[in-house]
This record gives sequence, structure tokens and C-alpha cells, in this order.
Amino acid sequence: MSILVFIEHAEGAVKKSSLEAVSYAAAMEGDVTAIAIGSIAEDALKSAGKAGASKVLHVTDEKLEKGIIQAYANVISQAMEKIGANILVLAKSSLGDPVAARVSAKLDAGFVSNIVDLPDTSSGFQVKRSIYTGKAFANVNITTEKKILGIKKNAVELKEDGADASVEKFAANLSDADFNVKITSQDKATGEVLLPEAEIVVSGGRGMKGPENWGMIEELAKTLGAATGCSKPVSDMGWRPHHEHVGQTGVKVSPQLYVAVGISGAIQHLAGVNSSKNILVINKDAEAPFFSAADYGIVGDAFEVVPKLTAALKAAQN
Amino acid sequence: MKILVCITHVPDTTAKIAFTDNNKKFDANGVQFIIGPYDDYALARAVELKESSGGTLTVLNIGTSETEPTIRKALAIGADDAIRINAEPTDSLFVAKQIAVHAKEANYDLIMMGRESIDFNGGMVHGMVGELLGIPAISPVMKLDIEGDKATMAREIEGGKEYLELSLPFIAGCQEPIAEWKIPNMRGIMSARSKKLEVIEPVSADVAGQLEQYELPPAKGAVKMIDADNVEELVKLLKNEAKVI
Ligand SMILES: Cc1cc2nc3c(=O)[nH]c(=O)nc-3n(C[C@H](O)[C@H](O)[C@H](O)COP(=O)(O)OP(=O)(O)OC[C@H]3O[C@@H](n4cnc5c(N)ncnc54)[C@H](O)[C@@H]3O)c2cc1C
Repeated sequence: MSILVFIEHAEGAVKKSSLEAVSYAAAMEGDVTAIAIGSIAEDALKSAGKAGASKVLHVTDEKLEKGIIQAYANVISQAMEKIGANILVLAKSSLGDPVAARVSAKLDAGFVSNIVDLPDTSSGFQVKRSIYTGKAFANVNITTEKKILGIKKNAVELKEDGADASVEKFAANLSDADFNVKITSQDKATGEVLLPEAEIVVSGGRGMKGPENWGMIEELAKTLGAATGCSKPVSDMGWRPHHEHVGQTGVKVSPQLYVAVGISGAIQHLAGVNSSKNILVINKDAEAPFFSAADYGIVGDAFEVVPKLTAALKAAQN
Repeated sequence: MKILVCITHVPDTTAKIAFTDNNKKFDANGVQFIIGPYDDYALARAVELKESSGGTLTVLNIGTSETEPTIRKALAIGADDAIRINAEPTDSLFVAKQIAVHAKEANYDLIMMGRESIDFNGGMVHGMVGELLGIPAISPVMKLDIEGDKATMAREIEGGKEYLELSLPFIAGCQEPIAEWKIPNMRGIMSARSKKLEVIEPVSADVAGQLEQYELPPAKGAVKMIDADNVEELVKLLKNEAKVI
């Protein structure tokens, strides 16, 4: 069974979520080929081999340096055809999702996203997907010959014991029509841990009182190697950028540890964090609903507890 | 400008999620249904665009007759007319094909919808419709301005934003802060009653994803409370029990 995995990269390295997607495909016992688009060093692409790919197709067309959705979908469809893959696997992302949607319509391939486990092929091709923003799951049988699987973070364990993959150049036939959208600029945080990729997330809510108090959230995050997040009112009021907003209408995270500071735990916030492995809540109100969704809790004033916790973590690291 | 907004009819964000019929059916008992919150953003921006540059605004829903109150609400918020395609919206590709067939015939300049529905969270219908119509589909769009047939927009990406330029026609999967949710006023509610809501039958299309069974996550264990004066204890638990640091 030939499987193609679309892998994304940022700042010179393949994204961890993409490597997880490669491991997912490898765990399906397929013959796994990865495809990467845009400039990245060949050595960096070999990491896909460790995760389980035997080969990486590298598309270096300059016009594809930016993520033009239509063109990417065309490249990937052609790559699937070339290697005879009936299955495309990819990690959930702002680029992967819309690209896969187009591939799905182009190839009439059933596309299921937010998959949390390996497929069950004992009768048909059944996958388990997260629905109702993490509040439930659905088991869905994909009935089309071609299939696209969008993988949620932490669906399988990342494998890192494979051999280096061979890297091969791949060029697709594209037309002007694939480039009728122009990306004028990107404004993107660099050097910080990105929220959807993070293993630990530290979020602050309205209980932090104002943007001037975010220093202690950032300090705690830095100590934990975590990304920072926030509740909706916090981004609505402009205390923090919108891409940090976690919840029903924001980013959905599934880290190993989610730390919520001064967040009440409204159902719409919980929807974005309920697939976290562990949740730690710091809130001065013992009745805050977040505590009933938490694994660990501290009732106390964030302005005292957070600096103390940061200091204790630092002490434990030394 | 001729605008189409596609809306979903979904359980309110506070609804209790439960299933019946041996976990094969959503338990709608006591659940209030709403316009999908992301679709509501799309609709709000569409109303603004119509107000500033004129044209028509149609809403479309694929659903059974139960969705009509939700459609009427969209009419009350400011859509001119509505179409309901009479089918269960269980599969994204099926839904996308219904939208595409209608849109091709009606020839819209702009198609807007939410970035994803909050029931199945697929986030793929806009992309599929874009491919079926051979036009761009951009999502999640957090800012959209249109002048003549040129549009500028901002799309959210991991850790920031991407700014784009493109020409009509295209599809936008929307999210906040593209516009503020609009609450229907009395006049809107009154006029919605007499606005046209056309029901059409679906075109035949295969279902690519067959739902077998729903499942609820296992219940969460009890929370361990740690004294605020004993953060060292917490550090130990994170290290030795949760094994996350
Ligand atoms: C359709 C819809 C979608 C929504 N989507 C989202 C979403 O995606 N994400 C989201 O977050 N919200 C969302 N909301 C909003 C949500 O309902 C809540 O209003 C919001 O999550 C509350 O944010 P908060 O917890 O930061 O603020 P609050 O509810 O005001 O809570 C502040 C908390 O801080 C605590 N506190 C105060 N001072 C201190 C202190 N010194 N130390 C420690 N604790 C302190 C308080 O006890 C309180 O629990 C949505 C709402 C709707 C209707």
C-alpha cells in the first residue's frame, strides 16, 4: 500500500506534527513517501526517514515558496498519481487543511480530519475522529477508493528510529490558473514555540487583569519550554494577539500539559483544551468551573502563585 | 455584488453532547440549535459588504426541515432570501457537491461560510467547493475588504497572519474578528417572515464517509488540589506522576 504524506516545514526544520503524520502512515504498514514543498535543506528532510518514510519528494519550484493553496493541491494530486498512492496523510494545519480539501474534491477522495487513532481495516476502512470540538468522537467508514486522513496532534507516537530517507526532486505541471492568489506578506512570530505544535501551553485569562502582567505568564512558559495562549476576551481586548486565542472559536490544542491561569473554564474555552493529556488550573476562586476539568489545581492569587511556581521549576531544573 | 453565505445548523456551544439509538444518533432532546458561530461571522461581514457596496445576499443551508428556524434567523440578520437543500448534511464532500451545483447555476461573485462547523469541525467544505468550481478558496479569513472585483484579506496561520490579494469570484472560510456577530432586531425578525425561503431537492452524490458510531470520551478523574504555599509538591507531581517536565 503506497501512502503519500504531505510534510510542512518552518524555520529550516520539518514540523513535528508532520513527522507525527509520517509515523502514522508508517504505523499503517504502508510504503511511505513524504512530499515537501519549498526551500529546506536536504539533510533536514531526512528526518522524515527516521519517522518512517522511505523516500521524500522535494518540490523546489520558486513559485511555490509561499503556500499557494491551489497550486499545492495540484502538486500533491500529481505526486499521488506518480507514486500510485491511494492514501494521503497529513497533519492538521492552516495550510494542510485547505490543500487537502481541494485534493479531496479533485480526486473524489473521502477526507476525514481530526483523526485520533489508527484506522481499523477489519471491515472496511474505519477511522475515529474527534467531533463537537473535542466533546465526542465519531467512527467513520471511508468508502471511496482514494482516502485522505487529517491527523490530530498526538494521534500516534512519533517514531524516531528509522533510517534516513532518500530525497528526490519532484516537479509538477502547473498553470497560471494555479497562481491567481497573491500572498503579499506574512507577519509571523519567529523563534517562539508555536501554539498548535507545543507540548506544553501556558494560557492566561481575564484574571491576569491586563497585558502589562503577561511577563509572568511568559516567564513561566519559557521555563517550561511552552507556548503561550489566552482566553477569548483577552484577545478580543487586544491584550494578546488573536493567534493565541484558545477555545471553541480559536485554536484547539492537545498538549501534554495545559496550564490555565486566571481563566474561569467556560465551556467554550474547555472545548479547545479538552484533549490535553494533563490540565493544571490556577485560579483564586475555588468554585471556578475549570477545576472540574483539571488534573491538578491550585486555589490562589495568580500574582503570587505563578512567580513561586516558576522559581520552584527553575530550582528543580538545576 | 451577488453574495452567497452557507450556514450550518448546529447545537449551541453550551449544549450537552449525548447520543441515542445505540450511539448512532445525536440526542437533540433539549438542545438549542444556532447558526454556526463561524458562519455567523461570515454572515455578519456579508451583511456589511452588502450594505456598503450593494447587491444581493442569499443564505444556503443543507438540512432537513428542522433547520428552517435557523435559516429564518439568518434572514432576520440581513440576508435577502434563502435556499434550503433538503438533505442530511452528514458528509463534507456530499455537502460541497450540493453547494457547488447550486453556485455554478446561480453564479455568485462571492461565497462565504464559516471556517468550520462546530459539530463535525471538518473545515473542508469551502476548499472542496472552491476546487469543484475552479476558483480560489481561502480560510480562515479574519479580514476581508473588497473594492470593485479586487479583494484584500488576512488569513490566520500558525503564529501570525498572511495577507493576500485576489479577484472575485472566490470563497472565504471566515472566523473572528472579520466582523462582530449581529443580533437580529425586531424589524429584521418581522421582515424575515415574508422573505423567500426556497426548498430544493439535492443532486445525487455518493457519501464518502459513512458514520458508524459515536463515542463519548472517558470521564475525567478527580482533580488533585495542591496548596498554594506548596508549589514544590506540584513540581514533583508534574515530574513524577504526570511526567510532563
Ligand atoms: C459562541 C461562543 C464562542 C466562544 N468561544 C470562546 C473561545 O474560543 N475561547 C474562550 O476562551 N472563550 C470563548 N467564549 C467566551 C467564554 O464563554 C468565556 O466568556 C471566556 O472564556 C471567559 O474568559 P476568562 O476565563 O478569561 O474570563 P472570566 O470568565 O472573566 O474569568 C476570569 C477568571 O479569573 C479568575 N481570577 C481573577 N483574578 C484572579 C487572580 N488574581 N488570580 C487567579 N485567578 C484570578 C476568576 O476567578 C475567574 O475564574 C465563547 C463564547 C461564545 C458565546
